[in-house]
Amino acid sequence: MTFALAYWQETAVKLAVILAVVPTASLVLVYLFLFKWVSFMQSRLGPMEAGPHGSLQLIAEAVKFLQKEDLMPGRADRHVFAAAPVVVLMSTFLLFVVIPAGPDLVVESLPTGIFYALAVSSLSTLGVLMAGWASANKYALLGGLRAAGQLIAYELPLVLAVVGVVVQAETLDIQGIVAAQADGAIFGWGGIGLPYVLTQFLGLLIFMVAAQAELTQAPFDMPIAESEIVGGFQVEYSGFRYLLFFMAEFGTAFAFSALGAVLFLGGWWFPGFDTDANALNVIGPAIMLGKVLILSFVIFWVRFTYPRLREDQLQQFAWKLLIPVALLNITVTGILKVAF
Amino acid sequence: MAKVPGVGLLKGLKVTAVTGLKTMFPGGVPVPRPSKGAVTVQYPHEKEAPPDRARGVIALKEENCTVCMLCARACPDWCIYIEGHKVKAPPRRAGGKARSINMLDRFDIDYGLCMYCGICVEVCPFDALFWSPEYEYSEPRIADLLHDKERLGEWMETVPDFLPYEAGSDQKVRKVPR
Amino acid sequence: MTAVEQRRRQAYVDAQASEARVTIELQTGDMTLNIGPQHPATHGTLRIAARLDGEQVVACEPIMGYMHRGYEKLAEVRTYPQVTTLINRIDWLGSFANEVPFILAAERLMEVEAPPRAQWIRTILFELSRIANISLFLGDMGVQVGALTPVFYAFRDRERVLNQIEAVTGGRFHPNFDRIGGLKDDLPKGWIDETRAVMATMRRFCDEMEELLMGSEIFEARCRGIGVIPAEVALSYGLSGANLRGSGIDWDLRRDANPGLAWDQIDWKVWTHPDGDSFARYWVRLQETREATYMVEKLCDGLPGGPIMAKVPRIIKVPAGESYVSTENPLGEMGYYVISQGDLGPFRVKIRTPSFNNISVVPWVMRGVYVPDVITILGSLYFILGDIDR
Repeated sequence: MTFALAYWQETAVKLAVILAVVPTASLVLVYLFLFKWVSFMQSRLGPMEAGPHGSLQLIAEAVKFLQKEDLMPGRADRHVFAAAPVVVLMSTFLLFVVIPAGPDLVVESLPTGIFYALAVSSLSTLGVLMAGWASANKYALLGGLRAAGQLIAYELPLVLAVVGVVVQAETLDIQGIVAAQADGAIFGWGGIGLPYVLTQFLGLLIFMVAAQAELTQAPFDMPIAESEIVGGFQVEYSGFRYLLFFMAEFGTAFAFSALGAVLFLGGWWFPGFDTDANALNVIGPAIMLGKVLILSFVIFWVRFTYPRLREDQLQQFAWKLLIPVALLNITVTGILKVAF
Repeated sequence: MAKVPGVGLLKGLKVTAVTGLKTMFPGGVPVPRPSKGAVTVQYPHEKEAPPDRARGVIALKEENCTVCMLCARACPDWCIYIEGHKVKAPPRRAGGKARSINMLDRFDIDYGLCMYCGICVEVCPFDALFWSPEYEYSEPRIADLLHDKERLGEWMETVPDFLPYEAGSDQKVRKVPR
Repeated sequence: MTAVEQRRRQAYVDAQASEARVTIELQTGDMTLNIGPQHPATHGTLRIAARLDGEQVVACEPIMGYMHRGYEKLAEVRTYPQVTTLINRIDWLGSFANEVPFILAAERLMEVEAPPRAQWIRTILFELSRIANISLFLGDMGVQVGALTPVFYAFRDRERVLNQIEAVTGGRFHPNFDRIGGLKDDLPKGWIDETRAVMATMRRFCDEMEELLMGSEIFEARCRGIGVIPAEVALSYGLSGANLRGSGIDWDLRRDANPGLAWDQIDWKVWTHPDGDSFARYWVRLQETREATYMVEKLCDGLPGGPIMAKVPRIIKVPAGESYVSTENPLGEMGYYVISQGDLGPFRVKIRTPSFNNISVVPWVMRGVYVPDVITILGSLYFILGDIDR
């Protein structure tokens, strides 16, 4: 029994799904990792009062942010200042459009899925620059300019790391990449398919490092740099606008981890199922969540362990180390793909 | 000492992960009990007892006070307010001179000003002031931080006995008059 | 003027005005940035006015005084015990160390010597304040360069040292324990064994910091070669403490000018590092903390028995005279120049604080560094605002 929705109804449902999923995804990541795992790493418990073991703390914080005064610096560029967090959040929402949670559980399955995802993720750079400039604050300006250089520099390793996967999967379609991993075989044994973490280990490493830099997390958090420029481009934002930045940061972390899970860990597929089994539509989200949590765990573990690299040091790291290694990865992948 | 690049980074990850896991699984038991593993104390549900000598609040033994005013003079903040008056007391022996003794009218300590330095306690020659480790007496109104004679007398119940000393010490352990 | 000429003249004036607007509005020269006084990295209310060219500092000037509390003036109208209470609050992290030079200066004027047990316990508490102070630095340096976790370990482990200080003196941060002629009270039973356990914890903490922070390649990249202060410059600016020893100068007042405490009774080592950069200063302080834990254990081993207070009158009046005593405090060389006129309180106290001289080198060392390096260097010089401003 199938029932077809009109196009506008379908679009409305899809919009509702994204608007619901993005804050929920941020909430899960923030609670598990930012509040709890980070606290455990620092020998403390984190929030414990709001809800059992502090589970409702983010809701309490969201309410707190919502009830704050809408401040704007006097000399700030009003419209750009207001639009900047929206631009950054917009790129997060657009990223979630192509992330699949099951064989049919994707808002829009684009044939150039991964290309679209990488393109859209760079929109946030514009939002950060807008925030840095429009805040009429020297610290924000420093943060915004640092962000511009960093985010653009680390786009390249991100894209090049993905190219290795695309070469191996022979498709840009995200569902196709998952299917290629599911149908693959390790030296002839198709038991667990061929998760590309085995062949593209270097690619995964570069992808995670570049994702850490794209999210402006330590060791690449020069644009925010809490102990130097006190929040950088976010410094003049408070209340609801800051909540938008916050949600965008963690939503994008979720999205990048999801992309990493799809590209390298096999996405929503689990060994033992057919690639278009209906059962995967039910347990696929859980499997995806598990893989996303593994990758986000690494992101936050690294974030709270390392000091930050200085701006010129991280540029050197990107241009002189990551990009040549990524290019090498592509070359080797290409050669091996053609040879075998 | 040539180091392999990246080893230091991995060691750093190990340190934080080990601490995180120790907090989550204290004692090595694979059941997560972070409330036991964390070093923090969940005040006000749990409270840590301060050491006996902690300078929490000053208690007054009114019977011992002779209104000599040494404590009020010694206080760096001048937060002790003392008022007293002389009365004639009967002579010690029959046929002797009548003595005049001081009666304490008012002995207030303003804890809004107090620096918790302890000079008043140290300077008192008559063992009338004692330290107590009680610290939970914050008030919504600053004026309520002025503790009067009665309240200071109530703190005497919380004054712990003086601790014995380490080996090698010449000091005699004083007694708290109860 | 004809209409054409008027239009032409207007067009010329407009062109000049718009060019002027561009030059003023874009202002592509230097940018003045105020780091502080409200800033998480300046350890208090210090203001660094920096002129930046992009992200490089062209010139900078530290502006202090936001926390001036007038200690020297206050000391003129207080008695000696009251001044002891006040000066606890100068370097508030290692506060027992602040009392010692002042009390020693007064004891010199009174020609009174504290009994040996008192001197040894003074030394133990002095080294405990050193450990409490520097262990915070070890974690805090992580925050300056962006690692947010080591500072939690610092607070967690230094809490045990503060508990030990509280068990003896009654106050974690402001012990107010030193008296002219000795100490206020003796050690409680069981304190020495507890302190030994705490020293073992602090050594584990130092090892953790070595692995987590000092061994991290990112920390080395951020700190090696940053803020190099050559030995002659360090000497000429009057730096002291680990800042001197981090530039390779072998200078420690505990060994060279011991004012009577127990440092010459035990075996210990002075750590120096030849580089003079921020990493060297961090390294020296880490080794000093470890050394201090060994020193406390040796002092506990050799603690003599006896009284802890010399025979002094109840109401202390220090005879007239002047004396200056300085000691190797956790931050550097701290000294008190006490002028007495035979009263209950000093006539004049001049406090020589280490951080005041330590930040005098800031304009010299900050030429040409990047903004992130400014924070690193400020962190590695390690000052405390109470110490600068008094």
